[in-house]
Amino acid sequence: MKDLRKLKHEHLDILKEIGNIGAAHAATSLSQMLNKTIDMQVPAVNLIPFSELSEALGGEEVVVAAVLLRLEGEVPGNMFFMIPLEDANHLIGSLIMEKDLNLAEHPMHEMGASALSELGNILAGSYLSALSDFTKLNLFPSPPAVACDMTMAVLSFGLVETAQYGDVAIVVDTRIHEESNVAKSPVKGYFFLLPDPESLDTLFSSLGIQVDE
Amino acid sequence: MNKVIKVGMADLQFASAPSMLRTSGLGSCVGIILYDERMKTAGMAHIMLPDSSMARNGILNRAKYADTAIADLIEELQKKGASKFRLKAKIAGGAQMFQFASNNEAVRIGPRNVSAVKEHLRSEKIPVIYEDTGGSSGRTIEFNPLDGVLEIRTVNKGVVHV
Repeated sequence: MKDLRKLKHEHLDILKEIGNIGAAHAATSLSQMLNKTIDMQVPAVNLIPFSELSEALGGEEVVVAAVLLRLEGEVPGNMFFMIPLEDANHLIGSLIMEKDLNLAEHPMHEMGASALSELGNILAGSYLSALSDFTKLNLFPSPPAVACDMTMAVLSFGLVETAQYGDVAIVVDTRIHEESNVAKSPVKGYFFLLPDPESLDTLFSSLGIQVDE
Repeated sequence: MNKVIKVGMADLQFASAPSMLRTSGLGSCVGIILYDERMKTAGMAHIMLPDSSMARNGILNRAKYADTAIADLIEELQKKGASKFRLKAKIAGGAQMFQFASNNEAVRIGPRNVSAVKEHLRSEKIPVIYEDTGGSSGRTIEFNPLDGVLEIRTVNKGVVHV
């Protein structure tokens, strides 16, 4: 798949289904970990021009705590799990019992970074194993790496391969959040799957979908 | 009119005083500003990759690569009346956002972008007046062609003017 603009609706639907299955598994994992109900939104799959990425993903100035797993194997790409900074401080802080945790500090709080990376590893791991079961493809995620910074700065790291093919990224965008009936803002998390363009052919043909070049 | 012109990722824009240029969320990407102080005019590029030879498709967005973006900045600025020997540069970005154990080429893209940008500026004999590159922080930058001041914002260190 050299030109992402040749993707059709049926291709996007497949990616949406992948996001759906992946996030459902991740939500279950998180729910077990926190002993809370976790909801997920209907996934969105979009081809987004680089110039519009920041707007599409929540604004330029938003600071997020991010976990990145680089995917090797049959479907190379990048998998991000992101939590807005305040939610991340709250969530990770409660996991390691550190009340005034600020993950944005450099260098990152050691225990905080470790907990964030483990959380991302578990959630992205369940997302990816669901994807692997669904497609029968081998995925080998790298150990997790963490960063806490502006959304675009974090994401640009995952666009190096995509940028060599064109100016649009295919983003499988799935969001989960804590169910809450009180006024307190629920914790939100975002999964962004950015498959390298070359891996889309493998992905689609594993599910019996033709790709016309 | 006093306005701020946004430069997107893999994009390139120009402004003359009193307008300003701004690009946000530079991670491994590099923001390049070329300006002519006397004409109070400037161009800004937000490059993602070090060299246009990395393009795997025919369609080439010249603003995405260090080499072609710098060439276009120079050419366009000259068309707008700037003089090449008066051009100066300020650059920011090229961070390594994630620390990975692996030696994957992609991991080092930030430093590679920075050295490509500096090399091309050197061969065009354009002096780099200020650089804030490397590290592991994202940057948002805003340039004012009126006084040549660059504002750099990071999550941690707040705002600096250089």
